[in-house]
Order: sequence, then structure tokens, then C-alpha cells
Amino acid sequence: MEILSLLGDGILVAVQPLNLLLIFVGVTLGLFIGAMPGLGSVNGVAILLPITFLVPPGSAIIFLAAIYYGAMYGGAISSITLGIPGASTAVATTFDGRPLALQGKARLALVAAAIASFVGGTVSVVLFTGFAPLLATVALSFGPPEIFALMLLAFATFVGLGGDDIAKTVFSICFGLVLATVGFDQISGAPRLVLFEMNGFLGGISFLVLAIGVYGIGEMIWTIESTRGEVTNTEAKISVKGIFEDTGTTFKKGWKGMSIGSFLGFFVGVLPAAGATPASLMSYGVTKMISKRPDDFGKGHVGGVAAPEAANNSASTGSMLPMLTLGIPGSPTTAILLGGMVIWGLTPGPRLFVEQSDFVWGLIGSFYVSNFFAVIVNLAFIPLFIWMLRMPFTVLAPLIFVLSVVGGYAAMQDMFDIWLLLIFGFGAFFLRKFDYPVAPAVLAIVLGPIAEPTLRQSLLLSSGDPAIFFNRPISAPIMIVAIILILMPAFKYLRPRRAKPAE
Amino acid sequence: MRVGEIVTAGVLALLSIYLMYKASANGIGFVAKTGPQGGFWPFWLSLGMLISTGFIALNWVRGTSPQSQSDEPVLDSYGLKTLLLVGGGIIGFVALIDIVSMYGAVAIFMLYYLKVLGRHGWFLTSMMVLLFPLGLFFFFEGLMQISMPTGMGFTEPVFNVLYEIIY
Repeated sequence: MEILSLLGDGILVAVQPLNLLLIFVGVTLGLFIGAMPGLGSVNGVAILLPITFLVPPGSAIIFLAAIYYGAMYGGAISSITLGIPGASTAVATTFDGRPLALQGKARLALVAAAIASFVGGTVSVVLFTGFAPLLATVALSFGPPEIFALMLLAFATFVGLGGDDIAKTVFSICFGLVLATVGFDQISGAPRLVLFEMNGFLGGISFLVLAIGVYGIGEMIWTIESTRGEVTNTEAKISVKGIFEDTGTTFKKGWKGMSIGSFLGFFVGVLPAAGATPASLMSYGVTKMISKRPDDFGKGHVGGVAAPEAANNSASTGSMLPMLTLGIPGSPTTAILLGGMVIWGLTPGPRLFVEQSDFVWGLIGSFYVSNFFAVIVNLAFIPLFIWMLRMPFTVLAPLIFVLSVVGGYAAMQDMFDIWLLLIFGFGAFFLRKFDYPVAPAVLAIVLGPIAEPTLRQSLLLSSGDPAIFFNRPISAPIMIVAIILILMPAFKYLRPRRAKPAE
Repeated sequence: MRVGEIVTAGVLALLSIYLMYKASANGIGFVAKTGPQGGFWPFWLSLGMLISTGFIALNWVRGTSPQSQSDEPVLDSYGLKTLLLVGGGIIGFVALIDIVSMYGAVAIFMLYYLKVLGRHGWFLTSMMVLLFPLGLFFFFEGLMQISMPTGMGFTEPVFNVLYEIIY
């Protein structure tokens, strides 16, 4: 009851006129920042941080949290309408969101993303409200072996369940992981894989360069070439009735994805090293894994949009938990929020809930209010996004190419990366011709920087003994599931061979 | 397609070997006090890439992948033309950034794509060529405070006028 009373007070703080205005402006700004390829919540929060010094600290963090929420919703928009993941958190949304848009179901995809984000956000704030201290303790028991096991599970869902050529899927994952190691060795600090001795590689290869190259350039050229220029973008009609129907379809076909995304997303978001990106990718993989028709994923399954969108929103709330309770940021965006709190004179940590109760509960209350505003604003803007898709393809295509290059530069600020983006784009076009799946490479370059250090730290802890992954209570079951999934293609290979003589 | 499939696998195998060679420069073993060396992770992954290309080649020999059975060309005349016109346009766009600025290059690329490839009317083309780069300028330079390349010196007077508006 005490929690409900505190939460009630928090919501009253959040609905004060100034805070309500900041929430509305924040989610709207965040929506558009998140929708722009190359820009994500981290850009929005970092750029608008100085503005928050004009308002009290409580209102300031509510504004930044609203931007964070809005950007999480917005990331899906460019993934669905343009086929370019706006941020790493929206990579998995592209897998099914874009095919839905190309089938004329862009409205369904956008509604599914908005509703799933709302459900994920709501579940996560409820979990946050009720279990914050407990979950923070559990998250702390996740060391390098457990995090590596989780990463392996994420890769395994792609290998074990890929309908594509397994050898090509494995190649794609390994290639993405190797690309993630270019630059400097994170542990020794030595230059590594500086390809062709070009200094541009010293800065590493960002996932954005690969993702925008693959989806913004490669996929677009492939679409133009394979459809002979006769691209039908979408025939989706806009109506309030249609949006209600799509909401029903989302709950009917995407409830599993939403549930998995909401709970798994929150927990992965709570883990200090993880965040919304692994959460969305893992939720997509697990939803595909338990689906009765996994082959439909990647071709326009509502669950393939709902799972990652519920997860990335849920994880964004989850990642606030270690920040507030332990002072450990769960994602780059919460790291900036943490910096802001320190500047405002607030000390995150266990004492914050006691000493700054009004601030904490006001923030938690704002999560509820922001989530509500975000879904309303998002649904209200769907006609605008659909209108964008109705443009002739010969207008939309150059806009996508330009946004890819400009967005890529905005994120990286280096022309070397733009040339690299083109190389990846043309490379992806040819690989696509030969049915190499490119999504696993994008997944791998995102998760690689988490997987490698945790593997090396684990082996260092065990003096090189890989048994460390199997003799810890949390990592062992995760590793076993991951290994079974990796071996699944072999089982599938054996099954038809046994069946043949019977025929 | 059949020839293309094995040539692609061969090129990717060579890339894998190159990556293995580069990774080995950082050491690929395990050192007692410091754990796996810097090249350990990329080396074994590159080996994984190489082994995968071996399986792709094996599937090609057995004719189990659709590409290994296909006699279609990788790119027919339409595909080649598309690649040259669209891909060439994008390369030209990026090459122009350091000369005429990001926004100038956007305007030229939009003009090329809308008028030459899309064959749209002058009204739509001129609106897009003028308004889209301006919109990008105000979004990135004004709102997001992100500077884009301004190209060579001759673009300075234009940027001076635009910066006057936003600052």
C-alpha cells in the first residue's frame, strides 16, 4: 500500500502543468529524433541535456525520460517505412516491419509497433514500481559468464532457427562479429585488424555504418533491381476504424511477442552491460523460436514487430533501474541521464529512494504518463508516416539514399565511414543476390562488443577453463539451451535422412 | 548464378584468410595471467568464416543450393543498368560532398534522381531540390547542432547567410 501511495504522489507530480508540457514536448521530439536514421535516444538526450538546466531537476529528468521514451517509439518508424533501422534498438523491427510495409500493411506494422511499445512500457513500469530493489540485486549476480551465455543464446536463435542456408547464416554471424573487433583491442588497447593499413579503421566499425549500408543502400538497390523499378510501396489506407482493427490484430497475432518482449526486455534492460538492443534482438529470436510458424518470421509477421518493440521500450525502463538504485547505467542514454543527475546535485544509489523520494516517485510517475502520451502521439502521427510511404518510389528512393548518407554522417562525423557504408551497401546487394542473410551480421556487430570482453573476462577468471560457463547456476542452463539451438540444424539435417527410406 | 555462387564463396574465403592473418598479429593464444590474446576472438571467428565458405562450396558441388542450380545471369542488362545509374549516382553524391558541401550534394543528387531517373516535372523537382536540403540544414545544424561538411571555399557565402538565420 505504501508503494501505491508513493506512486500516486509521483503521478500527481508528473501531471503538474509544467511537467505535463515537458512530457508532451519530450515524447514528440523524441519520436522524430528516433525516426531519423542515425539518430537515437542517446543523441536526443545528450543534445537537449543543457536545456534542462532551465527547469527544476525533477522536471528536467522527466523531460529527458520523455525524450528517451519517444525515441524508443520513433526508432520503429524508419525501420518500417524506410527499411533503415533508425537506431540499434530498432534493428530487429526491420526484419518484419519492412516486409509488412512492402505488402501494403504499413499501417498494421506501425500500429503494432506503437501498441507493443505501449504494452512493453506499461509492463516495465509496473515491474519497476513493484520489484526495483529485488531486481537490482538479481542483476548484480550477472557476471561476465552469464552475460556471454545470454549473447550466445541470441546468436543461437539465429543459427538454430534460420530458414536460410545455415553455412551462409554462420558466415554472416562470424563476419559481423569480426567486423565488431576492428579498431582497438578493448582489453589490451592495442590496434587490431587495421585493414589494408588504413587509419580510418582505427576508429572501429560502428553498427550504424553496416546497418545503414545494408538496409539503406544495399536492400534499396536490390529492391529496385529485383522489382524492375515497379515497386508498390504501400496501399495502406488511413482510418480511425482501421487503426482500431489493427490494434485488435496486434493483440491477436502479436500477444506472444509482446509478452516475451515486455518481460525479457525488462530483465535484459536491467543488466548493466546489456540494454535495449540485445533485449529487442533476443526477444525477436525467442518469439520466433516458440512460434508454431517460425518460417513466417522475416516475411512480415506481426509478432516480429511486436516482440522487439515491446522489448526495447521495456528495456529502456529497465535500464533506469540499476541507474537509480545502484548508480550503474544500463545503457548509453542512461549514462547521460546519470551525468545529468550528478550535475543537478542528485546522487544515484540506494539512498536516493530514501533521501529524494519525491524526485524518484515523480520520475516513476512520469514513466506512466510518458508512456500514455507516447502511444497517443505515435498513433496520431501514423497518417503522416503512411502519407510518406504513398510517395512515388522514384521520390521515396532518393530520400532514403540521402537520409542514409546524411544520417550516417550525423552519427559518425567521418567521411571514411560514409565510403565504408557504400562498400557495405554494394557488398550486401551482391550477397543478397546469392541468398546470404545479412540480418545476422547486423545482429553480430551490435552484440559483438558485449560478447568478446565477457568471453575473455570469463576465461581470465577461470584461467582458461571453459567449464566456468557450465558450473554456474545461471549461465549453465542458458549455455545448454544455446548449444541445443546451435545443434538444431544438425538434428534437422538427420531427420529427413531417416525419413526417406520409409517413403 | 552458378559461377557467381562459387566465385563469391572463393572471394569470401580469401577475405577470411586475410582476416585470420591480420588477427594473428595480435596473438591468438591464451596467456596465463592476461587471458586470451587480442587476436584470439577474431582469428577463430575468421576460421569459422573460412569453414562456412567450405560448406558453401560443398553445397555448390552437390548442387543443393538454388544458386548452384541456376543458369540465370547474376545481373542481366536491366540489373547492370540499374546498378550503374542508381549505384553510380550514389557514389557521385558522396564524391561531391567534399566539393559542394553535404547540402549541395543532396540538391544535385535529388535533381539527378528526380529529373533524370524519375522523369518528374520541374515543379516537384525544383521544390524537392530546394526545400529538402534546406529542411535537413535546419534540422541538423539548427535543432540537433550537428555540423555537416561545408565543401570547398566557394560555398562560404551561402553558409554565412544560413548560419545568420540559425545563430
